[in-house]
Amino acid sequence: MADFEIRDLRASVEGKEILKGVTLAINKGEVHAVMGPNGSGKSTLSHTLMGHPGYTVDGGEVIFKGQNVLTLEPDERARLGMFLALQYPVVVPGISMTNFLRTALNAKRGYDGKDKTKQVSPKEFRSLLKGELEVLHMDDSFLPRYINDGFSGGEKKRAEILQMAILKPEIAILDETDSGLDIDSIKFVADAVNRMRGPELGVLIITHYTRVLQFIKPDFVHVLVDGKFVLSGGPEVADRLEKTGYSEWAEADEPAVLKPEEVA
Amino acid sequence: MATVPKVDVGTDYKEKYGFFVPEDYVFKAKRGLNPDIVNEISWMKKEPEWMTKMRLRSLEIFRKKPMPTWGADLSVIDFENIFYYLKASNKQSTSWEDLPPDIKKTYDRLGVPEAERKFLAGVSAQYESEVVYHSLQKELTAKGVIFTDTDSALRDHPDLFKEYFGTVIPPADNKFSALNTAVWSGGSFIYVPKGVRVEIPLQAYFRINAENMGQFERTLIICDEGSFVHYIEGCTAPIYTTDSLHSAVVEIIVKKDARCRYTTIQNWSTNVFNLVTKRAMAYADATMEWVDGNLGSQITMKYPSVYLMEPGAKGDVLSVAFAGKGQHQDAGGKMIHVAPNTTSTITSKSISKAGGRTSYRVHIKMYPDAKNSKSFVKCDALLLDDESRSDTYPYNDVDAENVTLGHEATVSKVSDEQLFYLMSRGITRSEAETMIVNGFIEPFTKELPLEYAVELNRLIQLEMEGSVG
Ligand SMILES: Nc1ncnc2c1ncn2[C@@H]1O[C@H](COP(=O)(O)OP(=O)(O)O)[C@@H](O)[C@H]1O
Ligand SMILES: [Mg+2]
Repeated sequence: MADFEIRDLRASVEGKEILKGVTLAINKGEVHAVMGPNGSGKSTLSHTLMGHPGYTVDGGEVIFKGQNVLTLEPDERARLGMFLALQYPVVVPGISMTNFLRTALNAKRGYDGKDKTKQVSPKEFRSLLKGELEVLHMDDSFLPRYINDGFSGGEKKRAEILQMAILKPEIAILDETDSGLDIDSIKFVADAVNRMRGPELGVLIITHYTRVLQFIKPDFVHVLVDGKFVLSGGPEVADRLEKTGYSEWAEADEPAVLKPEEVA
Repeated sequence: MATVPKVDVGTDYKEKYGFFVPEDYVFKAKRGLNPDIVNEISWMKKEPEWMTKMRLRSLEIFRKKPMPTWGADLSVIDFENIFYYLKASNKQSTSWEDLPPDIKKTYDRLGVPEAERKFLAGVSAQYESEVVYHSLQKELTAKGVIFTDTDSALRDHPDLFKEYFGTVIPPADNKFSALNTAVWSGGSFIYVPKGVRVEIPLQAYFRINAENMGQFERTLIICDEGSFVHYIEGCTAPIYTTDSLHSAVVEIIVKKDARCRYTTIQNWSTNVFNLVTKRAMAYADATMEWVDGNLGSQITMKYPSVYLMEPGAKGDVLSVAFAGKGQHQDAGGKMIHVAPNTTSTITSKSISKAGGRTSYRVHIKMYPDAKNSKSFVKCDALLLDDESRSDTYPYNDVDAENVTLGHEATVSKVSDEQLFYLMSRGITRSEAETMIVNGFIEPFTKELPLEYAVELNRLIQLEMEGSVG
């Protein structure tokens, strides 16, 4: 039994069936890449795993730490050790990044406003932030800003990874964290993720393009087409996609590598 | 803006705000309202004859004026079942040590001395119907600033008082200004001389602590030319079993080049009727800012206004209203542009929850002389559930040419995307909702001194948890 098991997961959005039976076993210490053309259901998978209310589970289960997390609220999943870096991080006006990060970290540590021993100390919080900001090549100036408000695409994605670094999940799902990033930003993000890799972390990295996999080397690669895995294997699967794209499975010829003009 | 630290509130609210102190009054008026009671109030206060007459005249006006029916439902107020004057102690206190122990305990729990240590220039704390504690730092006195309770001002500064009292809001302005003028007691009086800037906010803590007790405080602020003052009033009330009426009048005169900011955070218990008339006159290039936060009370009706009397005058209203179960916050703002090149902004944020109702009334009036004037109004309403309600009633009355008028209104709900995002980081639903609401009113909160910002965020948290009222 793997640390995190997705079993025959089926899900729909607004009555439309999207995930048609996804099965995947992730162990801590492993990095799994899920690749697929646009609209194949990658974000549906990530949102369903995290419990977004807009996605309906039609069947299957997701077992983590001995329980089916599909019955849990998103915050319960997070406190259990799951993390989702969103493809499109949400703007929340009026709340500073610092406040957000501190509140999330306190929540993760089980601080409910009463037991002060569980509360992160200002000193610890500062040093934690400082270290992670450096790795991501971000400066303090973004901390007093409102959550994702006016952030560039790259800043948003880096902020997601910063949250991951602070919260230290055991299962992290990164939904197209590489999309829209220039090569430097991809490297910073990859450095940060690689630093976190280790026996305590399992990663599910969702991507459209093979490029990010040069920086974050996956142990397994799965190809999602029309809500189902059509191919799973080792890193060689990514190489194959690089040559042929998704055309073997999808009608449209979707490249799995960036076109030259898309490389910033 | 500075990040507001998260404070643990769940446990100490009752302790800090919801306590009772045994009533120990020197004088307790009878319930009800008639010329005898008004005479008695004036006599008790040893007032000059003109004030007694003005009170009696106002009582007549109050009697004649019909109850306003255009706003919240006020028909349940029983004017005969209210105490119109209560006095907590016989003499004015001049220092903290001299305060009666009961009252001291009240303010100790409210943290007045601590607040004073931190950034107060003076404290004027209203206990029951009369200000009993008053202090003013020496440097202010040296600068000629007067900061006292309104009763003392009538006694000690009779000429200044008579020159301005009732000039901004005459008794006949509305039914409740008439009532206030008839039975007023306490409140703050501030005079800032020419060119004097009071850099530290002056503040008063208000409490009401007797059943069926009315509070009719009367505040008068005069900012002479080129001066500046920031006055803060904040109140939290203990929980009552029967209805209570609060009907204040605030008059402000802001002369040429002066600036006045008046900040209020009110959190009356949810049986209080809070019917307040607030108005300022702003003269050439003067600025008047109302920062007004309304939580609590059963019904609040309050529309701070600025009369922009001379060219270059500027008026701002920034307000927040929170209406929970059984509450109706009927708030708004009025800007009366009388002179050319005057500007006004009204920014309102309202939150309705559990069937609570917020209304926002905006009245922009531009007289023919108000050429080249500008006004911008923005109302954002946040509804936390389907039973709650929010309405905006804009009313523009423009007779001037070449003016700019902007109006923006939004009604939204706490977004699923935002909730999901915060929850996906391990934050509980209720905490995430509180964060989103506090984020929504942040443009207001950031205008408050830190301590008040923290308190407001705490109150919102309590409201969100449903542990208030
Ligand atoms: N909120 C939504 N409402 C309706 N359809 C949606 C919604 N979200 C996703 N879909 C549909 O579900 C399918 C899969 O979308 P998604 O999971 O976002 O794909 P991917 O992330 O692989 O690009 C698409 O056909 C998309 O149009
Ligand atoms: Mg997607």
